[in-house]
Amino acid sequence: MGVLFYIAAVVAVIAALNVVLRQTPVYSALSLIVVLASLAAIYLLLGAPLIAMIQVIVYAGAIMVLFVLVIMLLNAGRETPSRGSRFARWAGPPLLVVFFAEFATLVWKQFGLAGPAAPAALDASPRAVGQLLFSSYVLPFEVTSILILVAVLGAVVLAKKQL
Amino acid sequence: MATSSSTGFFLLETVIKVVVILFVLLTSIAYLTWLERKVIGHIQSRWGPYLVGPHGLLQPLADGLKFMFKEDIVPAEVNRAVYWLAPFLAFVMAFLSISVIPFGGSFMLAGHQIALQITDLNVGLLFVFAVTSLGVYSVALAGWSSNSKYPLFGGLRSSAQMISYEISLSLGVIGVLMIAGTFSLREIVERQATLWSHTGFLSLLPRWNVFLQPVGFLVYFTAAIAETNRVPFDLPEGETELVAGFHTEYSSFKFAMFFMSEYANMVTVSCIATLLFFGGWLGPAFGPGWLRVILPVFWFALKVFCFLFFYIWVRGTLPRFRYDQLMAFGWKFLLPLALLNILVTSFVVAWLSA
Repeated sequence: MGVLFYIAAVVAVIAALNVVLRQTPVYSALSLIVVLASLAAIYLLLGAPLIAMIQVIVYAGAIMVLFVLVIMLLNAGRETPSRGSRFARWAGPPLLVVFFAEFATLVWKQFGLAGPAAPAALDASPRAVGQLLFSSYVLPFEVTSILILVAVLGAVVLAKKQL
Repeated sequence: MATSSSTGFFLLETVIKVVVILFVLLTSIAYLTWLERKVIGHIQSRWGPYLVGPHGLLQPLADGLKFMFKEDIVPAEVNRAVYWLAPFLAFVMAFLSISVIPFGGSFMLAGHQIALQITDLNVGLLFVFAVTSLGVYSVALAGWSSNSKYPLFGGLRSSAQMISYEISLSLGVIGVLMIAGTFSLREIVERQATLWSHTGFLSLLPRWNVFLQPVGFLVYFTAAIAETNRVPFDLPEGETELVAGFHTEYSSFKFAMFFMSEYANMVTVSCIATLLFFGGWLGPAFGPGWLRVILPVFWFALKVFCFLFFYIWVRGTLPRFRYDQLMAFGWKFLLPLALLNILVTSFVVAWLSA
């Protein structure tokens, strides 16, 4: 189990770096798919098969397909790197160091050397998740769906000049 | 030592199962092409392949050899990495989903229970859908990376088509899931093992989901034909307009990989239809112990064969849709029908359980 986790984690981190560093949009999009797929693998190792499958179906399978489609339609080649923001170049590295220091202290305070304690066994079966989704979390669930509907309407209004 | 020997047994069992299933799948894909050419030939009053072996039975072998020894042409302007990745992705995704398909019950061997399935996931059906949804990339990327007009059009069309029909495909089976109450393919089949009644005419009729969910089955199978890019929904490779669609620029073994993955997808989709709607491997099983193990596998294979034959039959019968008709049919007819089916089914299920 441990070995599989480290493989998935290393792949996810490398692919995530690849998303940012590549200058060809298609490679970035493909790396993002790899990131999402390896996160799904980690969910699977954590004992949440339903979440893992939904991660693949929704993010890697549906949303990223649209990204790839748009890149294909625009036939985007290489990005032209901008040399615009001088502020980012000077302030970036120190802020990055600060962020990592903060993050490391938090993790250290929380877990120390021992690492996180094993979480209590959760029932992550489709039935349990569904019952939670439609009882305790029904309001956020429905509100999110209305939010998405509003976003879809907005996109249609923006894209179509005349309705 | 007991645990390590049982782990070893488990590994051995899995490896043997994977090898056997891959062998059977590859062979049936090869002979599916033979069957298709034969059946289409007879539908069109031709003989089909006849020269290589008796009734052309060695034709798939000859085709396979031809694919391997043909020159592999890579056009100069392609995006090489993605161009190579696409056929492998298609191949892997097509063969991955077979790993959760159960094709028989289970039997005891040397004190171990052996299920006729590589792995029984409790989210088996979702796994198949997840793998299918990743399969779209192979088509899109093949079309894009070829850097040529026809493949690009083919890739765009087919990704749009696959995304649209994937929705109807998954909504079509929701009714079955509501009745069965599980995602595990094995359990869904086992729920269909009862009879309608023990007396009279109805006792001859098995309680398959297709009788409870006829609309769901129609939606699922129509969407499945579109999802596998077959006639009458084969616009991505409509040869009269797009040469060969997304795999125009592919040759030799890379083309063969696309070809094989298309047929593997047909087999997977037929397997799922059998499992969800037609009782999987259930059927009369009698006689000595070994026959009771073999017969269910035979019933399963027979049912899957019927679906594959139906695929070929449809190809020999129906003309191709126009692209706008295809989209309108998917979004304006199939999707509302699937939603209506879910609504009615959920009311009935709630009413019966109340």
